[in-house]
Amino acid sequence: MTNVLELRGITKRFPGVIANENVDITLREGKILALLGENGAGKTTLMNILYGLYKPDEGHISVRGKQVEIHGPNDAIAQGIGMVHQHFMLVPVMTVTENVMLGIEPTKNGLFLDKEKVAKRIREISDQYGLEVDPHAYIKDLPVGIQQRVEIIKVLYRQADILILDEPTAVLTPQEVEGLFKIIDTLIKSGKSIIFITHKLKEVLAVADDITVLRLGKVVGSIDPKEATTEILASMMVGRDVSLVVEKQPAKTGEPVLVVENLLVRDERQHVTVRGVSFEVRKGEVLGVAGVQGNGQTELVYALTGLLPLEDGTIRLLGEPIRHTTPREILERGVAHIPEDRQRHGLILSFPIHDNMMLCTYYKNPFAKGISLQEKSIFSNAEELVKQYDVRTPNIYVNAGTLSGGNQQKVIVAREFSRPIELLIASQPTRGLDVGSIEYIHKQIIKKRDEGAGVLVVSSELDEILALSDRIAVMYKGQIMDILDADKASKEQLGLLMAGVQLSDKQKMK
Amino acid sequence: MSETATPSKTQTSKRSSLGQELLVPALAVVTGLIIGAIVIVASGANVFDAYGALFTGSFGSPVRLIEGLQVFFSTGETSELLRAIYPFTESLVTATPYIFAGLSVALGFRAGLFNIGAEGQFFIGALCSAFVGYSVKGLPMIIHLPLAILAGALGGAIWGMIPGYLKAKFGAHEVVNTIMMNWIAFRLSDWLLNGPMKASGFRPVTPNVLPTAELPRFFDDPLRFNLGFFLALAVAYLVYWFLFKTTTGFEVRSVGANPDAAKYAGMSIVKNLVLVMALAGGLAGMAGSAQVLGVDHWVGQGFSAGYGFDAIALALLGKSHPFGVVLSALLFGFLRSGATNMQSRAGIPIDIISIIQGLVIVFIAAPAIIRWIYRIRSIKTEETVLTRGWGK
Repeated sequence: MTNVLELRGITKRFPGVIANENVDITLREGKILALLGENGAGKTTLMNILYGLYKPDEGHISVRGKQVEIHGPNDAIAQGIGMVHQHFMLVPVMTVTENVMLGIEPTKNGLFLDKEKVAKRIREISDQYGLEVDPHAYIKDLPVGIQQRVEIIKVLYRQADILILDEPTAVLTPQEVEGLFKIIDTLIKSGKSIIFITHKLKEVLAVADDITVLRLGKVVGSIDPKEATTEILASMMVGRDVSLVVEKQPAKTGEPVLVVENLLVRDERQHVTVRGVSFEVRKGEVLGVAGVQGNGQTELVYALTGLLPLEDGTIRLLGEPIRHTTPREILERGVAHIPEDRQRHGLILSFPIHDNMMLCTYYKNPFAKGISLQEKSIFSNAEELVKQYDVRTPNIYVNAGTLSGGNQQKVIVAREFSRPIELLIASQPTRGLDVGSIEYIHKQIIKKRDEGAGVLVVSSELDEILALSDRIAVMYKGQIMDILDADKASKEQLGLLMAGVQLSDKQKMK
Repeated sequence: MSETATPSKTQTSKRSSLGQELLVPALAVVTGLIIGAIVIVASGANVFDAYGALFTGSFGSPVRLIEGLQVFFSTGETSELLRAIYPFTESLVTATPYIFAGLSVALGFRAGLFNIGAEGQFFIGALCSAFVGYSVKGLPMIIHLPLAILAGALGGAIWGMIPGYLKAKFGAHEVVNTIMMNWIAFRLSDWLLNGPMKASGFRPVTPNVLPTAELPRFFDDPLRFNLGFFLALAVAYLVYWFLFKTTTGFEVRSVGANPDAAKYAGMSIVKNLVLVMALAGGLAGMAGSAQVLGVDHWVGQGFSAGYGFDAIALALLGKSHPFGVVLSALLFGFLRSGATNMQSRAGIPIDIISIIQGLVIVFIAAPAIIRWIYRIRSIKTEETVLTRGWGK
């Protein structure tokens, strides 16, 4: 068996940091190589080098035994290397066909676009690899899982036989993940080779033929999936033993903190995205909201935190109704909010850490006297929180944008937890974070629960929902399908609910 | 990887980044002058004559300064000395409205707003100050002068607040609206100068402001150097204090840097947009006040030499920082005032200075060019958001 792709001794330095150091990677023909590593381990840099976006300082790349120079994506494509990005590179208002041909538009008579030719080729690819998709559908109308297929078709259309999939399962339901794995299987059977980048350990064990683990820019080791367990992989990634299970006592619930009845919310484009949602969160419990992204969870949280107005229904916070209530008033009633998009809502990346640490309470004692900001208190507050929450940063004066994702999230968690709270709303609290940070943030959330706060956790990661929740609500198309007790809920049940299938009594029993 | 990506000591990182901040603008100016020199040569003139005249026109001639000092020390006669420092003080006089107007645009940038309306606000400010200056009679200077300045600031503030309100309330883009407000201001001032505010005589100008409303001058004619310059410096410090040391300034900067996060943190975007546009208008209005009360003492057609538009460039050059604005306003003041001398002494058209200014702006706007020319390794800096997309 031949090695279709070899990276040898790749070193890439950025000012003050070595992103990749002497990295060796081998992809065998017709196999799946899982590239595993925490955020900031150097996976992305490595793939950018492979895709020609960065030039390595040392080392070389061989494709099918021949050493090659890759100066840009076009060179990579010419070598048969194709990349499916984590964030899809699709134009929503264009059709599948138009998106696929973008950049290499074939023409009729040298002038007119030959869409039919492309559509025909798309159908051939669809049939060959089991990638069902309508070439004339508009991207914006397609579910995320299908959009991902379009990305894969784009790569195949360009005749790639080495596919790089960057965190491909991050946005999929469990069922869609199954579908993707089937597609991957078909691709492998027809002779393609795949690099699968992820930080989800179970998926790695499910699909990979080879596993290479990166940590701090170096290859920690390669391991045969048959010999690996999630625990072994996690400790390879993090460099120490990590606990993947959140240890928690049964919840001691008190009276309701948050009561929501018949909530109706429109998003910024005036579409109704939350319809008739009712639930309550009690003191000392975690209510998990599961669901595939884009089923109204985002808008639900926005409505609860005052970022979107409620169209109809009632929200009661500690018995007081919330209607036309500003984010500040809600915050002052004791709500902490870890927002879904930390870079959009949670942080001002161009501001130093110390300013981000007081972003929501800058106008209050001790950070301000009158209108005058009190730098001393601002700095000492930040120093304290950085220490307490173990934010890895050279100092509190650097901009939040220079921190890694995990540390950015820790800044938000530190800030939100640093004031007395009755209700914690945590939306995708560990998205994109490494195992070490996930473990830490989960512990902090459970700690808040045990201190008596009500907790609402919204996550599209089922593992996270299962690990944290005492009860689980599943959202689908703006409605709550069902609310299950966490200790009785299975992944299969939740998966069905997430796909909009009502559970029969029999399914509920098991 | 970012854990180790940043320098480990605060002090070094702060200092080196400040050095970087200043290095690029400084090199941009130098490069602008070098290319300007090439243009001068291409037009068949002598670079040394031209830049010599530019220098003596903006700073004064060192030889004359020494002579002036000698005369002063031996006889106590000051006229020679005053003549020697005249160019330098004129540069400061020119810089004064630049400082105010530059602060206006910079404050807008900090809140993510593009105030193209400084020119119109400048006119309105000047007209309001002039009106109070000549029409209100019988007040002592200590009341009349502040009142006249306040009138200018208020007029400009209202002129700026209107687009701010339209943006906050209806989402109308401030670029469009401030441009519109400019035209209204221009035509309004034409009408006022030809009608209600016209002084007796043929020319469409206002009457002179009363001496009690004039910004005091430090020397006798022809030196026009006046209190306005120091007022500008004080206001620059005030803007700095407001932006960086107050809660409201923190809100303004947050709204500018990330409006979504500002909203999340409970800040009112609407309130801040209107506030910033009003303050920015007030600052541009004060530029007009300073010019009319300190220098011209009356307002005529074409009163502004494009201060409000140049202000956009110098706010960029000053990286929207009040102190940066002061430095770049001084640069513009010296260039402008030297250019007049260059034209009369070396026969180089004044437009050469516009070319140099334009080049400097290009280099500031695209610092990659300067980094490439001088092989400076870039440090990772946040992208400055000057204005947000249309209709947002």
